[in-house]
Amino acid sequence: MVGPRRPDWAKRGLFALCLVPLAWLAFDVANGALGANPIEAVNRRLGDWAIRLLLISLAVTPLRQAFHWPRLARLRRMLGLFAFFYVALHVTSYLVLDQFFDWPEIWADVVKRKYMTFGMLAFTLLLPLAITSTDAMVKRLGGARWRRLHRLVYPAAVLAVLHHFFLVKVDTTEPLLYGLVLAVLLGWRVAKIKTTSKSVA
Amino acid sequence: MLIRRPPDIKPSEITPRGLYLDRRRFMLAAGALILLPGAAGAALRFDGAVKTRWGEGLDVTSVEDATSYNNFVELGSDKSSPKRNAAALVTRPWSVTVEGECLKPGALGVEDLLAPHPLEERIYRLRCVEGWSMVIPWVGVPLGRVLQRFEPTSRAKWVEFTTLHDPQRLPGQRRAVLDWPYVEGLRIDEATHPLSLLAVGMYGDELPAQNGAPLRLVVPWKYGFKSIKSIVRIRFSETRPKTTWNIAQPDEYGFWANVNPEVDHPRWSQKKERRIGQFFKIKTDMFNGYASEVAHLYAGMDLARDF
Repeated sequence: MVGPRRPDWAKRGLFALCLVPLAWLAFDVANGALGANPIEAVNRRLGDWAIRLLLISLAVTPLRQAFHWPRLARLRRMLGLFAFFYVALHVTSYLVLDQFFDWPEIWADVVKRKYMTFGMLAFTLLLPLAITSTDAMVKRLGGARWRRLHRLVYPAAVLAVLHHFFLVKVDTTEPLLYGLVLAVLLGWRVAKIKTTSKSVA
Repeated sequence: MLIRRPPDIKPSEITPRGLYLDRRRFMLAAGALILLPGAAGAALRFDGAVKTRWGEGLDVTSVEDATSYNNFVELGSDKSSPKRNAAALVTRPWSVTVEGECLKPGALGVEDLLAPHPLEERIYRLRCVEGWSMVIPWVGVPLGRVLQRFEPTSRAKWVEFTTLHDPQRLPGQRRAVLDWPYVEGLRIDEATHPLSLLAVGMYGDELPAQNGAPLRLVVPWKYGFKSIKSIVRIRFSETRPKTTWNIAQPDEYGFWANVNPEVDHPRWSQKKERRIGQFFKIKTDMFNGYASEVAHLYAGMDLARDF
């Protein structure tokens, strides 16, 4: 019998794994290994991991269904929250390290620059998802409403990828790769809806 | 001719001379260790360059930072790859062709191009269009003096510079991220302005590949992308050159590219810059702080339109 108190090693391992990029970054900061512009490097590294974790968390459901692997679902919340964790650090590093609380400049950036508008919008869309991630909140909202609200992750992910794409100057390989992965993950969902509604009909 | 210039730096900002000299010695020694592995302590190639008063008291960027954080797409598209790929760029021999609207065109080795002129060391601010800046001790000669020798005619209104086009030695050119080869240009009065420098060295030694070996332009009042690297051709022309970044994204990279805190890049503000090595951003100055020397070149021009 599986008791409720038995440690879930996959979950614990994943928790530790999600902290590796942060530990790695802290190690590089401590060793001065971030090059000539460490502030930019910290900001970029956090942003990279925010997008990657966002895409990984969006891959949980397709993988679970494609491989009939129901136990994967229990990892989804943690991955989503870690994605938000890196998003929040990324935004904080911009506000504090990059702009050092220069609010007029920050506001001008967000309003005038397309990639900044997209980035801040993505962060704003993810904020309510992080807040409503607890079991209590799921109960309070009710499953259907909760699920509807959490569909905000799709526009947020699109905005995040565009945010990255519009920032890059010449080599768009990486943002295009993220865009491709996102297209597959979202396309899979669309196809799923279509086949499901067909089989119902 | 004695050209009187107002002091570049307030007296309060000037580093005490003793400290400054110590730092210079340290920088040069550190430069030697990095640039000449296995030959630490060997004499620097351009130790004898005439010291000038440009940039006195400015805090020179560490040679490590200046040689490891580079925009040189021909050697890699991120900041750290040009240093990693530096070995590909073999610079000996190196010939430079001077052509176009001049009486004495020709092709000559980079040594011969500079030989008649005493080398100078000039410490200039370098402001990148991306919002960061450095202070670099260049070694070179005023571009105008070199250009004079080729006797440009009255039709020589512009000067065009071209980077080496060789995907073997500049592997970044294997991908068409820009329209290779890289081309930059100046109006003739900009090119012959005393601040414009044709550089062969930095930190007392030869230019490393990632910084544009063996010959590059340094135009300190313009954004860094104007200061073209690894030059193989100089052409005098009657019409304005078509320049690489301007072709690629004309709304983002103007032909003139004068440093101007009042004109934003479409994707970010240019009001401030991060001086590499410092935490707080600093204000960006008009013409990168060289306004008293160059502003007259643009009298009557609308700098917001001709950015």
